[in-house]
Amino acid sequence: MLRTVSLTVILVAVLLASCAPVDLNAPVPVFETGVDPDAWATVPAGEFLQGQFAKPTSIDYDYQIMVTNVTVQQYVDFLNDALAGGAIRVDGDQALGFYPGDEFRGANHELEILAGDYLLVPTNDPASRFTFLRYDGAAFVASAGWENHPMTNVSWFGAWNYCGYYGYRLPTELEWEKAARGSEDDRPFPWGYEIARNNANFYASRDPFEDMSSFGSRTSPVGFYNGRVYDGYQTIDSASPYGLYDMAGNVWQWTGDVTENFSDRFMHGGSKLTYDMDLRIWVRNSAPPMYYSSSVGFRCVNP
Amino acid sequence: MQFIKDRLNYLFKSTKGLILVAIAMIGIETAVFGMLSGPMAELGVRDFLVRALNMDIVQAEREGRIVILYHSIAMAVMAIETYMITSLVKMKEFYRNAARALITIGYLLAMIFGIGFAYWGHNWAFHGLYITGLSLIFFAGVFLTIALWPWNKEYFQPDKAYARTKKGLDLERMAFFATALTTVISALFGAVPGAYFGNGFEVFLAENIIRLPHKTTMEYSVIGHLHIMLALIAIMITLIVGRWMDFKGILHKFAMPFIILGTIVLNLGVWGVVTPLEPIAHMIIYMGATPAMFGALLLVIFSWDKLIRNGTAELGKATGWQKFKALLHDPLRFGPFWQMVFMNFTVSGIGIFYAIRLDEIFRMWSHRDERIELTGHWHVLSAIIATIILLYYGDMIGLKGKIRKLYGWGIILLSDLAFGAVTIFEIKRLFIDEAVQQPLVNTLMYLMDFGLGMLLVILAMLLIWRLYDLFKKKGRWTEEIPHELSEEVK
Repeated sequence: MLRTVSLTVILVAVLLASCAPVDLNAPVPVFETGVDPDAWATVPAGEFLQGQFAKPTSIDYDYQIMVTNVTVQQYVDFLNDALAGGAIRVDGDQALGFYPGDEFRGANHELEILAGDYLLVPTNDPASRFTFLRYDGAAFVASAGWENHPMTNVSWFGAWNYCGYYGYRLPTELEWEKAARGSEDDRPFPWGYEIARNNANFYASRDPFEDMSSFGSRTSPVGFYNGRVYDGYQTIDSASPYGLYDMAGNVWQWTGDVTENFSDRFMHGGSKLTYDMDLRIWVRNSAPPMYYSSSVGFRCVNP
Repeated sequence: MQFIKDRLNYLFKSTKGLILVAIAMIGIETAVFGMLSGPMAELGVRDFLVRALNMDIVQAEREGRIVILYHSIAMAVMAIETYMITSLVKMKEFYRNAARALITIGYLLAMIFGIGFAYWGHNWAFHGLYITGLSLIFFAGVFLTIALWPWNKEYFQPDKAYARTKKGLDLERMAFFATALTTVISALFGAVPGAYFGNGFEVFLAENIIRLPHKTTMEYSVIGHLHIMLALIAIMITLIVGRWMDFKGILHKFAMPFIILGTIVLNLGVWGVVTPLEPIAHMIIYMGATPAMFGALLLVIFSWDKLIRNGTAELGKATGWQKFKALLHDPLRFGPFWQMVFMNFTVSGIGIFYAIRLDEIFRMWSHRDERIELTGHWHVLSAIIATIILLYYGDMIGLKGKIRKLYGWGIILLSDLAFGAVTIFEIKRLFIDEAVQQPLVNTLMYLMDFGLGMLLVILAMLLIWRLYDLFKKKGRWTEEIPHELSEEVK
């Protein structure tokens, strides 16, 4: 009898633990990484080894790509500017922006993306790292401590609108891969062939931003893995050969390709919520362009 | 010398010895390579193991390693099923011995050298031996199929209690034959693309390309292959445990035609994936899966009814509670069929729900979330088949009394706990957002790890006991040498 009661109590305790509320606003350590989110790197024209099987592939033009993912502060600035200028609008709990639509071929599972206004970011999602304030006017404000973290909870439309607003665009998959890998070898990770816990922010990587017993893995500030020591936490400088940070881990990054017969958009880089295998450069994730999540962000290229 | 010779004779010549070796090989492989998986990586176990065993882990080759790992386990499962069939079903001695010899050498070569190639550097001689092993298994399948030829009058079914045609053709044997034949043909759907490996065909995991709208014929072939092989292993184990329970009567007469029809149509659908029939292949697959699963349901009804009847025979008119107790009395005989029912919650039910609401729900998720569902789904099906084998094995080695109950209920409860947790993990996005999932994920992981870990502990205890027994002069192994499973059908 005692044994049955004990087992029941243990089981109930375990199940109750699974229902424990998560404090999304739990304090976050604030670190200045010294990496400038406004910086750009130039990727020169030429050949690189693309994909898992390292196929020689050429991109015949130079392009610039952001050294870091777009930060919460950068995106909030965009939202405020674009809202004030009428380029985007807020409707209910959504910030909306225009997208000219895709050619629809009626393929199996293909979504029809017509020209129109689409969700950029939800304005009231508790997992977002910004707040939308309504008063006489309206304004977006970055949450304290999260300003230099990558912007998340942003749809592909939101990423596309951000880049387009400033005259940039999202990188193609090829551009993204080349920027991550460089042109010298077939490395699986931006920094080389092996991965350690302090190379990048991935699932259970034991970085200062995660607590696996409560809120789990959270984003780290852009450029965090640059070899510095933060409160005793030693990082490894994990820049890509072109000096880009966070090309593996932290957040998945939207890429710009629109594929025939396929409405999903591809992402690369893995995230704080994935195991290290998904941080390999060629690994793809995809989702419909209206999808958003707390582990998806983006960066832009300058054509 | 005689000591070793006697043991080797038992392990490699007797049915139960061969099954024991294959279970031990799978158990060891699962325990070692399971430590490379995600949850073990979190704890640092993976890194320790890689260093301790001096593995050569190349990041770009992960998918290839996994393909070889899956094959090496699956081949041992095929071998176990072959041993069971050749011990349960009448056939000529030559074919029986040929099938057993080929598949034993085949799976051991495939497992040892395949894993050696995949995890310890690229010794191409190892790869050659791995392919040789797979080829031998294919030819073992050919021999088995010939051995099961149902139109030989020698094997006609004289007893009208079993499914048979008017002329006496044994429909259960026909079901075994159809499953073996389609397994051999379906193996080719993996072998052909495999033959092009390094010559225009690149390794991939099906779950990684599931959403891509453009797939090559070879990719379709591999996707079809992996699905149908697992389905056929499941159908074969259903037939095997049906024979073990001496499935007969009216339900048998209905079930066998359904299983034969279902198996053939299911295969036609999967093979159709690489033909212009591809757009309707899924419909054909559903049309095949439904009667096959209905046949299995009839077996479940028969077996549970039999357990209740046998368990209450001496009670006269039994109450509902007494019937229930009789049903659950022997976990080794109740378990395999319960696992088949449980599979409907964790595999079939999820799969059907998934197919119905694919575009509205699942394709609105990220591909990664869909991938979790896909891999969890078939890992559970594979593991359920493994538990059915373990339950049957517990019976065939004559576990009795409290040990029988502990072993049987341990396997059932621990595996179902783990599989239930995996299922919730797969579909968690239906009811929880990514940002707040961690406490739920932690709990599910604990349940999975506990369930599967303890299951492996039970298996380890069983294997240690059997190893200890092998050192005894008059151990249980000596009694098992002459036994065939057909003698234990009851």
